[in-house]
Amino acid sequence: MLRFVLRRLSQTLAVLFTVSVIVFAIIRLIPGDPVYTMLGSEYTEQAYRDLRIKLGLDRSLLTQYLLWIGDVFRGDFGYSYIKHETVSSLVGDAFLPTLSLVLASVLVGLVIALPSGIVAAMRQDSVWDYGSMGFAIFMYSMPSFWKGIILIWIFSVYLRWFPAMGYVHPWTDFAEGMWKLVLPAFTLGTFFSGLVARIIRSSLLEVLDQDYIKAARAKGVRRAALVYKHALSNALIPVVTVIGLQFGTLLGGAVLTETVFAIPGMGRLTVTAILDRDYQLVQAAILTGVFSVVAVNLLVDLTYAFLNPKIRVT
Amino acid sequence: MRTVDAGGLILPSPGPGPEAGMPGAVSVASARAGIGRWWRRFARSRGAVFGLTVFLAMVALAALADVVAPHDPLAQGVGPPLEGPSRAHWAGTDSFGRDILSRIIHGARIALLVGILSVLMSLVVGVTLGLIAGYYGGVLDALVMRVMDGLFAFPVIFLAIATMAIMGFGVTNVIVAVAVGFVPPFARVTRGDVLAVKEEPYIEAARLAGVRNLTIIFRHVLPNVLAPIIVQGALYVSGAILTEAGLSFLGLGPPPPTPVWGSMIAEGRNFIVMAPHVSTIPGIALTLTVVGLNLFGDGLRDTLDPRLRR
Repeated sequence: MLRFVLRRLSQTLAVLFTVSVIVFAIIRLIPGDPVYTMLGSEYTEQAYRDLRIKLGLDRSLLTQYLLWIGDVFRGDFGYSYIKHETVSSLVGDAFLPTLSLVLASVLVGLVIALPSGIVAAMRQDSVWDYGSMGFAIFMYSMPSFWKGIILIWIFSVYLRWFPAMGYVHPWTDFAEGMWKLVLPAFTLGTFFSGLVARIIRSSLLEVLDQDYIKAARAKGVRRAALVYKHALSNALIPVVTVIGLQFGTLLGGAVLTETVFAIPGMGRLTVTAILDRDYQLVQAAILTGVFSVVAVNLLVDLTYAFLNPKIRVT
Repeated sequence: MRTVDAGGLILPSPGPGPEAGMPGAVSVASARAGIGRWWRRFARSRGAVFGLTVFLAMVALAALADVVAPHDPLAQGVGPPLEGPSRAHWAGTDSFGRDILSRIIHGARIALLVGILSVLMSLVVGVTLGLIAGYYGGVLDALVMRVMDGLFAFPVIFLAIATMAIMGFGVTNVIVAVAVGFVPPFARVTRGDVLAVKEEPYIEAARLAGVRNLTIIFRHVLPNVLAPIIVQGALYVSGAILTEAGLSFLGLGPPPPTPVWGSMIAEGRNFIVMAPHVSTIPGIALTLTVVGLNLFGDGLRDTLDPRLRR
C-alpha cells in the first residue's frame, strides 16, 4: 500500500507541476499588456515601470515562473488591482460557496441515483429500468444553466417555494443557507445523478452475475437481501471513482450554475476575472480549481485502493 | 492482431499475408453484409434509433436553414417584441422582435458546426499525439503524456474559457477553445491502444522489412486503433455542443447578434416572468439535440465497441 501511495503522490506532483506551467503560460499568452489593465486610470509612466518591476515582468520567463511559484507556495497569489483586494482573500471567499454547492450537489445526486440505479438493475428491461435510465439520460443531457432557469421559473416565480438567487454561508445562518442552496444543488445534483445512476445500474448488474451471488441465490437468499446485503457494497465501489472523475465536470457545471443563481463562487470569480482581464486573479482562480480537482482525484484513488486491494498492485 | 470488419466489430484477423491482405481490407460484399449486421443490432435499440433520427433531423435543419427558416434570423421587428408562440411565429419572438424559430434553426447550424468540427479537431490532434507517444515511447511519451495529464485535470469549460481569453471571440475561436478540452482523452485512449498494437507481430514484420516509422504508424497502427476512438468521438459531440452553449451563455461565445442557443437562453433569462418562451424554447432544442446525440452515441458504442458493451 505504501508503494502505491508513494507512486500516486509522485504522479500527482508531476501533474501539479504541469498544471502550474500551463496556467503560467495561459496568462502570458493572453494578448495585451496586463500592467496597463491593472493600473487602469492610475496609469503613469513611473507607475507602469514600478509595477512591471514589482511583478517581475522585466525578468526572464524562467525567473518569472520561479518567483511566481515561490509566492504560490507561500500562499501569496498577488493583489487584484481591479477589486483592490489580495487575490488570496478573494479566492478564499469564493471557494467556500463553490465547495458547498459541489458537496450539496453530490449529496442530491446520490440520493436520486441510488434508488433509481438499484431499481433499474433489479428490474432490468422493465418499465422501471427504461424509466429510470431515460430520466438519467435526460438529466445529464439537460444544460445546467437552462435547468436552473426552468427551476427558478417554476419554484421561485410561480410557486414561490425557494429564493431565486443569492447565497448565505451555512455557518452564518444554517437554515437560510440551506434554503438558498436547494435549487442550485438540485440543478447540478440531478446532472450528477444521471451519470451515477447509470454506473450503479451497470455495476450492480455485473456484481449480480458473479458466482458468489449465484451461490447465495441457490441457497435461497431473497432477491432484496441479495442486493442490499451482498451485492450493493461491491457495486458501489466504482461510484467512488466516478465522484473523482466527475469532480472536474461538477466544478465546471458550478461555473454555470453559480452564474444562474448569482452565487459568489469560483466560477463567477473566474469568469469576471477573465472579462476584467484581472490576470493574477485568473491565474489563482484556475490554479485553485484545478488543484482541487487533482486533490480530490488523489483522495479518491487512495480510497479506492483502500476499498479494493486489487488496484494496489496494478 | 486486430482489424476492423465492415460491421465495425473489432475482430482478430489472420495476420498479414497475400490471402489476408492488409489490416482493414474487406471485400465490398462482406462490407455490405457487415453494415447490414450492424444496422440490425443498432435498430434493436429504440433509443439509438430515436437518437439517430434527431441527429439526422438536426443535420437536415442545419443544411437547409436558409430554406427552412421562415424569417431572417437577424432581422429585427418581424413581429412584436416578446410575443408568445403564435401561428405567425411558432416559437414566438425575442425582445428585438426577431423570430425565435428562425434563430433556433440557424443556431442548429452553429451548434453542429462547433460540435462536430471541435471534436474532429481534437480527435486529429489527440490521436496524432497518442500515436506518436505510444509508438516511440521514452522521453517523448513521458513529455506528451505529462502535458496531457496536466490538461486533463482542467475542467473542459475552464480550458475553453481560458482559450477564449487568449484568442478572443468568434465561431472559429469557439471551435478551437472547445477542441482544446477534448484533446487529452483522445490522446490517452489512443496511446493505450497503440501500446498493445505495437507489440503485434505484423508491426514487428513491417519494421524488419524496413518500412518507415511514420508509414507504420499511420498505415498499420492507426487503422487498428481507430474504431473505439470514433465511437468516443461520437459521444463527445454532445459534450462539445454543451460546452459551446455554456460559453455562449456566459457571454464568451460568438458575438451578438449571431444566433447561438446559449446566448438565446441567456437573453431570455431576463424575461423569464413575462416571456418564458424566449429561454425555454431554445433550451428545449438544445436538450433534445444533446439527448439525441447521447442516445445515438450510446447506440454506436454498444454496437461498434464490444469492449465497452454493457
